[in-house]
Amino acid sequence: MYANPNSIINPSLWPNGPAPGCFFNFPGANVTSTSSSSGIITRTQSPVTTGTSILGLVFDGGVMLAGDMLGSYGSMAKFRSIERTIKVNNSTVLGATGDIADFQHLKAIIEQKVIDEDCADDGFTLKPKALHTWLTRVLYNRRSKFDPLWNTFLVAGIEDGEPYLGCVDKIGTAFSDSKIATGYGAHIALPLMREGLEKKPQMTQEEARALLINCLRVLFYRDCRALNKHQIATITKEGVTIENNIELDTNWEVANFVIGYE
Amino acid sequence: MASTKVVNIPKGGFSFENCQRNNFMAKQGFPAPKAVKTGTTIAGFIFKDGVILGADTRATEGNIVADKNCFKLHYMAPNIYCAGAGTAADLEMTTLQMSSQLELHRLNTGRQVKVATATRLLKQMLFRYQGHIGAALVLGGIDSSGPHVCCIYPHGSTDSLPFVAMGSGSLAAMAFLESGWKPDMELAEAKVLMRNAICGGIFNDLMSGSHVDLCIITREKAEMIRPFEVANVKGERQGSYRYPLGCTATLSTRVIPIEIESTVVRPVAEESMDTA
Amino acid sequence: MFGQAILNDNLPGAKQHHWSPYTDNGGTIVAVAGDDFAIIASDTRLIQGYSILSREQTKLFKLSEQTVLGVSGCWCDVLTFTRTLEARMKMYLHEHLKPMSTPAVAQLVSTMLYHKRFFPYYVSNIVAGLDQDGKGTLYSYDPVGHCEKNRYRAGGAAGAMLQPLLDNQVGLKNMKGGVLPDITKEKALMVIKDSFISAAERDTSTGDGVIINIITKSGVEVMHFPLRKD
Repeated sequence: MYANPNSIINPSLWPNGPAPGCFFNFPGANVTSTSSSSGIITRTQSPVTTGTSILGLVFDGGVMLAGDMLGSYGSMAKFRSIERTIKVNNSTVLGATGDIADFQHLKAIIEQKVIDEDCADDGFTLKPKALHTWLTRVLYNRRSKFDPLWNTFLVAGIEDGEPYLGCVDKIGTAFSDSKIATGYGAHIALPLMREGLEKKPQMTQEEARALLINCLRVLFYRDCRALNKHQIATITKEGVTIENNIELDTNWEVANFVIGYE
Repeated sequence: MASTKVVNIPKGGFSFENCQRNNFMAKQGFPAPKAVKTGTTIAGFIFKDGVILGADTRATEGNIVADKNCFKLHYMAPNIYCAGAGTAADLEMTTLQMSSQLELHRLNTGRQVKVATATRLLKQMLFRYQGHIGAALVLGGIDSSGPHVCCIYPHGSTDSLPFVAMGSGSLAAMAFLESGWKPDMELAEAKVLMRNAICGGIFNDLMSGSHVDLCIITREKAEMIRPFEVANVKGERQGSYRYPLGCTATLSTRVIPIEIESTVVRPVAEESMDTA
Repeated sequence: MFGQAILNDNLPGAKQHHWSPYTDNGGTIVAVAGDDFAIIASDTRLIQGYSILSREQTKLFKLSEQTVLGVSGCWCDVLTFTRTLEARMKMYLHEHLKPMSTPAVAQLVSTMLYHKRFFPYYVSNIVAGLDQDGKGTLYSYDPVGHCEKNRYRAGGAAGAMLQPLLDNQVGLKNMKGGVLPDITKEKALMVIKDSFISAAERDTSTGDGVIINIITKSGVEVMHFPLRKD
């Protein structure tokens, strides 16, 4: 009787899409899961090549993302020039923490989405809130299949003239705030960013940049999976700029103050 | 013969008599009760005139706040203080025991105790118990060799550094120290930096909260400032939660009159003033 | 036997799965219904582990002019559940040309939760609103769809801490006097605010602020007040 849940819902919300509460599968994706000889379903449940923190900060008239360029292979600093912050279109930027392969897989899908939008040539583009919601659904659906994409994403952009910053993690926990940090940054950088914004709620672009650079430096000092080679993305009404390969000046004078025994 | 009459004085130190029983019970699915842990923010650093220690004042049992204004800065010696994170009872007892050992050491040697002595004593004791004494400490003091700050982990390892942080809020506190600490800071800037570091833990770590306590140790004296800053004020309630008389339901009432058997009135004579 | 083998991570060759599809994001909901109003409130703190993700995240979802849903628990399930529910509310609206009534929403919530009985939404729900007669009404749920009609309810992280307070102050339980008149809006608001102040004192996952929705026949009025931020 009720074989197809879509058939009992009238009018249909989304042709070929899932009914509310059901899951969406990418066209052509292998829906059946890999299974071992024992019959117990096994899936990848740990990351391989990983990226550490991404920081996001809203300032007066725009939003910034910052993070380093390291792809760690376990504890080995293996890939030292990974772009973890990418430009989606002229109003949106995406930053990723966690498994680099999962991120690059999604990156390819998102780039195809942007191409499809361009081909439609209807004047509409992928907006940050839409991308944020879409990512939330993708990540939630994958976690519901016990096959998560091991990432935490920051979506930053300008929508209707207002800066937007959102975060989604590997199980689909999503929220929006004016200051977000992922990974170790949530413990180390976020307290600094919150204090900075409390002192001055409406930052200029220069102040926001200075604050983020200070946070990146502290992360480089204290996060074993960080590298002193950074990306900073700035999104304003004028568009998106991503600076690559930024190296910060560091100070290791403290070493000289460690004296005596015990 | 006489031994049967002698009171059996218990030996000092820990009693391990229930360890096997507790292990057995844990295997049967009856784990030992959890102890109060102070998921804490504590920090210490060296400034121009000495050492400054800081701590928040929240003690937790799981997600529940057990104590809103607990004291995490402990006395070790007149020139050494110690901030503690971990199991409340372990911290209290360990610092109490060590402070008495240090005092005995001072009396034996007739000299001011060195910070290194306290560090060595603590790490040797903690190592002996292989981490079962859940004490994570930030030890700070000033002695003949200058100011020292040292953090001691529950397993007995130590780090002697110019600035350290410990506890669940240590990452937040360290972020502030890492971006704000510099050599030879004045007392006033040192206080502000320590306040910022502890507040970082208070506001960003759920297990840390309430107020900021400071301890400043210089050559002249050790000063405890408690609270240094009331970082969080309790919300003001709007209602009154006093009950009107007669709220409690009574199932039955019985009055037992006190029977007066006899009445004696004894006049008390006024005493004359003692003028001797 | 089989179950034990699966649970034992120390077996040779067994891989440790340090991944869970659920997480606890904290949050507290308190709701009180009166004769011609219903009030529902949530704190605005979103947590994960020992960290605060956001200080300004409401957990109240306005479903119609006379129904508000309060949800706390696993935030990804909260988002999925409320979005599905909002879609169904829209479908009902366009099909029947009127918004769904509060008792109907209450039944739908229960059905939707039980639909996921064997991979549940890890959420604690409270539906507050006015029924068809304009009377304040409240429904509370467990994660798999058990529904109960209440006059007052506390749910979420500090729910167990606040429910006895409401039993005493709103329900006037164990107090001499017997049946009580309907609670006034002012008294309900006061008890809700004070209960959040108390929860922020003792529960680490509750704090930052409170959002209150007052549902009357003229619509939903939104209020906000701050809590301690530690």
